[in-house]
Amino acid sequence: MSFFDALRRRARAWLRRAAGALGHASGGAAPAAMRPDSRWAGPLLLAFALLCVSPAFAQIGDTTYRLRDPVQEQRAREIGKELRCLVCQNQSIEDSDASLARDLRRIVREQVERGASNEQVMAFVHERYGDFVLLRPPFKWSTLLLWATPALALLGGLFAIWRARRVAAPAGIGPLELTEAERQRLAALQGDPKA
Amino acid sequence: MIPELGHFALILAAMLAITQSFLPLWGAQRGDVRLMASGAPLAVAGFIAIGISFAALIWAYATNDTTVVNVVANSHSAKPMLFKITGTWGNHEGSMILWVLVLAGCSAAVAGFGGSLPSALQARVQAVMGMISLGFLAFILFTSNPFERIWPPPPDGQGLNPLLQDIGLAIHPPLLYLGYVGYAVTFAFAVAALIEGRVDAAWGRWVRPWSLAAWSFLTMGISIGSWWAYYELGWGGYWFWDPVENASLLPWLAGTALLHSAIVVEKREALKVWTVLLALLAFALSLLGTFLVRSGVLNSVHSFASDPARGIFILCLLGIYVAGAFALFAWRAPAMAPAGFFAPISREGGIVLNNLLLCSITAVVFVGTLYPLFLDLLTGQMISVGPPFFNAATAPLALPLVMAMAVGPMLAWKRAALWPVLQRLWWAACVALLAFILTLALAGWHVLSALGFACAFWLLAGAVADIADRAGVGRTSLRNAWNRARNLPRAAWGAAISHAGVGVTILGISGMGLATEKLVAVPPGGSTTFAGYEWRLEGVRDFVGPNFTARKATITVLRDGRVVHVMEPSKRYFPIGRTNTTEAAIRTSPAGDLYAVLGEERDGEAVLRLHNNPLAPWIWLGAGIMALGAAFSLSDRRIRIAAPARRRKDEAEAAA
Amino acid sequence: MSEVMTPAPKPSRRKLLLFAPLGVAAAAGVGFWAMLRGLQDGSFNPRGVPSALLGKPPPEFTLPALESSGLPALSSADFRGLPGPVVVNFWASWCAPCIIEHPHLMALQRQGVALWGVNYKDRPREAQAFLTRHGNPFARLGVDEPGRVSIDWGVYGVPETYILDRGGIIRWRFAGPLTPELMSQDVLPLLARLRA
Repeated sequence: MSFFDALRRRARAWLRRAAGALGHASGGAAPAAMRPDSRWAGPLLLAFALLCVSPAFAQIGDTTYRLRDPVQEQRAREIGKELRCLVCQNQSIEDSDASLARDLRRIVREQVERGASNEQVMAFVHERYGDFVLLRPPFKWSTLLLWATPALALLGGLFAIWRARRVAAPAGIGPLELTEAERQRLAALQGDPKA
Repeated sequence: MIPELGHFALILAAMLAITQSFLPLWGAQRGDVRLMASGAPLAVAGFIAIGISFAALIWAYATNDTTVVNVVANSHSAKPMLFKITGTWGNHEGSMILWVLVLAGCSAAVAGFGGSLPSALQARVQAVMGMISLGFLAFILFTSNPFERIWPPPPDGQGLNPLLQDIGLAIHPPLLYLGYVGYAVTFAFAVAALIEGRVDAAWGRWVRPWSLAAWSFLTMGISIGSWWAYYELGWGGYWFWDPVENASLLPWLAGTALLHSAIVVEKREALKVWTVLLALLAFALSLLGTFLVRSGVLNSVHSFASDPARGIFILCLLGIYVAGAFALFAWRAPAMAPAGFFAPISREGGIVLNNLLLCSITAVVFVGTLYPLFLDLLTGQMISVGPPFFNAATAPLALPLVMAMAVGPMLAWKRAALWPVLQRLWWAACVALLAFILTLALAGWHVLSALGFACAFWLLAGAVADIADRAGVGRTSLRNAWNRARNLPRAAWGAAISHAGVGVTILGISGMGLATEKLVAVPPGGSTTFAGYEWRLEGVRDFVGPNFTARKATITVLRDGRVVHVMEPSKRYFPIGRTNTTEAAIRTSPAGDLYAVLGEERDGEAVLRLHNNPLAPWIWLGAGIMALGAAFSLSDRRIRIAAPARRRKDEAEAAA
Repeated sequence: MSEVMTPAPKPSRRKLLLFAPLGVAAAAGVGFWAMLRGLQDGSFNPRGVPSALLGKPPPEFTLPALESSGLPALSSADFRGLPGPVVVNFWASWCAPCIIEHPHLMALQRQGVALWGVNYKDRPREAQAFLTRHGNPFARLGVDEPGRVSIDWGVYGVPETYILDRGGIIRWRFAGPLTPELMSQDVLPLLARLRA
């Protein structure tokens, strides 16, 4: 591995990063800031990953984005929590300082203030950015398996248990009271006064 | 010179690992005692070699040796010494060395503690550990060599991400690796058992301490990562269901199931095949996490290993270990005769329910994490699977799990009656109900949080009820019960403590469900009221740190005109790397956290984001209690019951 | 144990269940392999979000012109009754990759492709300086300083490039800087097809 190999590798990595992180920067109006967006990677990934991506310019937002009416603001927050900041990892627009996230936060609040329902606001954003923007995947054929996972896992597990018990059943369950040998074994293992 | 020494030690370790993979295994197959005995010293030698290598890398970092590419890429002379050293494992190559070091350490520990293991089992376990070690050493040597040199050396390094210059992140990876790699030991035991075609109570007894230790470390590792995200990222969140977080949660879930089913193997010799599968699964999921984080499939921008060769290498390793083990499982598992039958309602039955629910949650997290990738691969459609999905899909599974958690430990083995146990828990149910009603009455219509509080108190009361029941409270005098409680096996205490820890964590999570925040622009000297406090911004000033400059705000928090706390949130700017971070100021108390973040300054006003996070610290404290419970269990004399042979020998020697 | 039984179950069914973990692992492994291959040759990109507007006309909008450039402004009305396909490029002067891709835009303009631009969240003076310095490839240029119209298009960063057919329907979108490969493999062939 020569120096040049190393250098080339670095350059390649940088270019890839440039194409991805900076490359598609959804920066704000500040011309000096070619700011990579807040791509928070999860605390664990960060240990390895954030090394190559500059973290957010951690601005915490603008007061004008908040609605005066606390009920409306709460609703806007609930909607925002369901919408993904497209340039970040699995982060909602409420938890991100990417400029796109800020714009979307603002749009959500404007619409809420105008009296739009949660569904209408979600539909507005969904129309523009597609399924990817929804942190809760919509029910459709392609997500059927995903949404069915809890039920499938439970039923599959129950089936496996039922099979295992049936396999054992021909020989009978055996005496269901603990035998004296088992009792002593347990007592020795547990030291439990009751066992 | 020193980096070359480290490199050489690494190659030496690989050679030792080759020997460790074959000699003991061959010995075990042939019944050759001397070959079998070679496993333990080889493991120790490998540990020493990797230790030297790791020390050499630390040396390169500590002295800021800019002729080493890895140091140039990840360090800088202006960094404080502590973070220079912790930076050693803050990058892909260095963290891999730490990974194999921990693995070799586990291997050496098996050699050290495993004196009472049958020599064939010890030999096979060491051989499997050697194979895992070999694969990852080869991975380091061929694709991620941290000792690569660069000439001429650049004047200084390129720095380290300021977010990583943090003590939380310095201890987080080692703990996590101790967890991940700890499951390599249970994996090795499972593979050895499959080769032998025999799993018995003794096997369960040897596996249990390792699964306890790994679980304990993983619990700590995950919770520290979550805590770090909470205080460092400045959004007040602690768990984001990020794919990388999920990757660490998966082995934890499988490991939790393993922890419980191994008890059944130990006590009743039932669930043997299942427990072996869980042991394989826990490590397979650890490896999956390693693959996801380092291969680039999760996110091409973020992943550290932008070199796809690394991804393919890890995938091949994954294929060899995981597919190999599962193939061995499919082939050999039928050889294990089912034994230790039990009725559905029994302690065993409770643990089966625990396993069913935990594995279903594992399946949900697994599918949810990988679904977008596979959907994109197969159809090109892009979807996001985020917190709303995971919360909605796991909560219905977690709720019955929590409800069963208090009941399970009180059931008798083999066959139990449910009703008497429920009668002994009626007061716990009352406490839970009271918590539910009180939350709704005091905090308003937050049904989920109220349900969470009910679960938390159900678990806490359940843990107390369990210990009280074992001690015979109500059946015997209090004094007598006290003595019995003191003499209860530590494993029983450990279980109760860990279950209570889960309750404490749920308490914190439910409290966070009631969190509020306020975003406000305040001029210096101005104030705002939030969460029953008056927050006065005294001023914002410049501040210079060792390798950063900062703007630091001073906020006085008052209640009824009395100063409660002074908070100093800041924004740091790191000229090297040109990055900014926010440092949230957090005031922790048992009732919760007050959390302040400094934002932009404009028109003479500073934007502040203030959070009130009720009960937040209990989330991580609960995790600590869980880990403590595991440690308590681990200290149980009976868990090392395999030791009597050795103890007798020791006593004989002492007597002589 | 006292009751170790040796039941003789139907081995085939029981064994099938034992192969389940291997099956899942193998399927996942094959999938990961395909992903890694796709990452290498660029066919799999976990970050490439497809546009939700493909096959649809662009949203209704009216953008002001960049005064100093003398270029006509851009609005949705311009997409009606097109003589041929149009390329729409979203860019900003503060965006480094926009500089990288700029020569490709200039080449498109030289080839007589109708190229319209949207200047995203920029300052007029700096946008003009960018065009003066690197050349102006655009026939029309709308200024979207608030970035709202860009959001209506589903833009999530700059640069982004769209291709519309003569019916004014969005046929192609790429988020990120144009590269020589993209130009030769996607952009130019598509434009030729749409012109035919």
